[in-house]
Amino acid sequence: MKFKTRLSLDVAFKYIFKITGLLVLAALGGILAMLVYNSFSFFLDVKPLDFITGLEWNPTGKTPKYGMLPLILSTTLVTFGAMVIAIPLGIGTAAFIAEYASPKLKNILKPVIEMLAAVPSVVIGFLGIVLVGPGLANVANLPNGLNALNGAILLAVMALPTIITVAEDAIHAVPKTYKEASYGVGATKWQTLCRVVIPAAAPGIIAAVMLGVGRAIGETMTVLMATGNASLLPEGMFDSVKTMTATIAIEMGEVPYQTTHYFALYAIATVLFFMTLIANLVGEFFINRFRKYHAA
Amino acid sequence: MQRRKFNFTSIIEWGTLLFSTGLVCFFLIIVLWEIVSKGAGVLSWEFIAEVPREGMTKGGILTPIIGTVLLTLLTALFSIPFGVCCAIYLNEYAEDNWLTRIIRAAIRNLSGVPSIIYGLFGLALFVQALQFGTSMLSAGLTLGLLSLPYIITTTEEALMRIPASTREAALAVGATKFETIKDVVLPSAMSGILTGVVLTLSRAAGETAPILFTGAAFYINGVGGAIDNEFMALPYHLYMLSTQHQSIEEVRPIAYGTALVLIIVVFLLNLTAFYIRYKYRKNEN
Repeated sequence: MKFKTRLSLDVAFKYIFKITGLLVLAALGGILAMLVYNSFSFFLDVKPLDFITGLEWNPTGKTPKYGMLPLILSTTLVTFGAMVIAIPLGIGTAAFIAEYASPKLKNILKPVIEMLAAVPSVVIGFLGIVLVGPGLANVANLPNGLNALNGAILLAVMALPTIITVAEDAIHAVPKTYKEASYGVGATKWQTLCRVVIPAAAPGIIAAVMLGVGRAIGETMTVLMATGNASLLPEGMFDSVKTMTATIAIEMGEVPYQTTHYFALYAIATVLFFMTLIANLVGEFFINRFRKYHAA
Repeated sequence: MQRRKFNFTSIIEWGTLLFSTGLVCFFLIIVLWEIVSKGAGVLSWEFIAEVPREGMTKGGILTPIIGTVLLTLLTALFSIPFGVCCAIYLNEYAEDNWLTRIIRAAIRNLSGVPSIIYGLFGLALFVQALQFGTSMLSAGLTLGLLSLPYIITTTEEALMRIPASTREAALAVGATKFETIKDVVLPSAMSGILTGVVLTLSRAAGETAPILFTGAAFYINGVGGAIDNEFMALPYHLYMLSTQHQSIEEVRPIAYGTALVLIIVVFLLNLTAFYIRYKYRKNEN
């Protein structure tokens, strides 16, 4: 090839690579623009305050009601329940893998967690219907087990791999000298873990939890299949709930194009987008803090 | 006495950690046991090679299998070129300036966006604005977009592992920057890139929410496979059979079989990725 063609090829590809970089910006910009534009169309019909604080979600009633508080509460309740289960289990498992397991055991446990992460959400949701649901109905004597607790259990299973992986990295990154100093003054391995290692790894563990929360809030199929989808204000873990993601998934298929109801679903998506964004940003903030802290 | 008390508490202490780890393993075992024990009986050559019949109460799941395979290939087609090129830009060309920082922030942000929002975006852009309709093309583009941040991140990690001296050697013998990337950097990073790509595709193959409104169908006639038409997919099929079908109890065995096939597809892709990574690490040593 001539030198000149080689050079122009070099320059051409430099620009091609750069354009693909800008394409990512366009994708995010497009998603934001879509959310903002459609939400704005919705807020021409419904006041933002009525939307956020309204107690009733009934867009197909005679006088449509677009109050998304029940949906926000449902998402919060299910996510909270999932974290109550997943945080202790996740930190315990992470501590076990990082501090206690032999290299051989680690080589078994890590693929187990990767496999758990690989199970598609629709399969987990299916198990909520055929396994967790009937189980809960039996134990708690309910007509069916499709409720917030079912969703919380399943979401805990889905958030666990994220929490374990990030928390394990954080615990693993605690400098050996910290532990040695602790052993040096006579602390047992357990005391060292609880009072030295875990506090030192705290930013990373918080990051793990926040990333798990982000994943749980945005999860659709599992909650759609397992929580029963009654759009009432939830009163407890045994109530059927309809989360934000499930509302979008159910109603978008039936709603006519560019009606108030259609725009309302985009407005829900906007709230959802910012909820997950905040969870992920907080998580990222703590990850960076623990990296800096351990690099110093 | 003192010593015995110490042992007892330490058993409880480490027991709690062991218990939580055991419980996590137990979750995986339960998931696999439930699906495999009840799905294996349904699995047969006919189940894989026949199209659904009689309102999906009989026959096999050939149509959703073909749909998922083609959809995943489309996803790969849309996401790999853009993802790899973007990673090359970020790792090989981009300077540390505000534009690069914004692009990186956008990638991190995109990987945290819930999949249902990708579904809405696909509906608004590909189905409605670009008039592709509810089709495999729209769904493939949507899933391609969803996969993009993961492909970029894993590819960039693979590129980062290639030492600077490798690039310098190529540049020193007169290769242009593009030739260095094409002939030296990419081939050496290939196994790392492939691992990331296969893992990303395994995730895309199991996604349901993004294809809900962009092209997945409850039922289509024949084997399907047309890119400009609606399609059946394994995850959507499982969702439909377990929640929307008229006789849910009757099709439950088929639902178990579908779940088993879906899990097998996803785990096979994962195994492929682990194998590539394992072989690569072995060669490296």
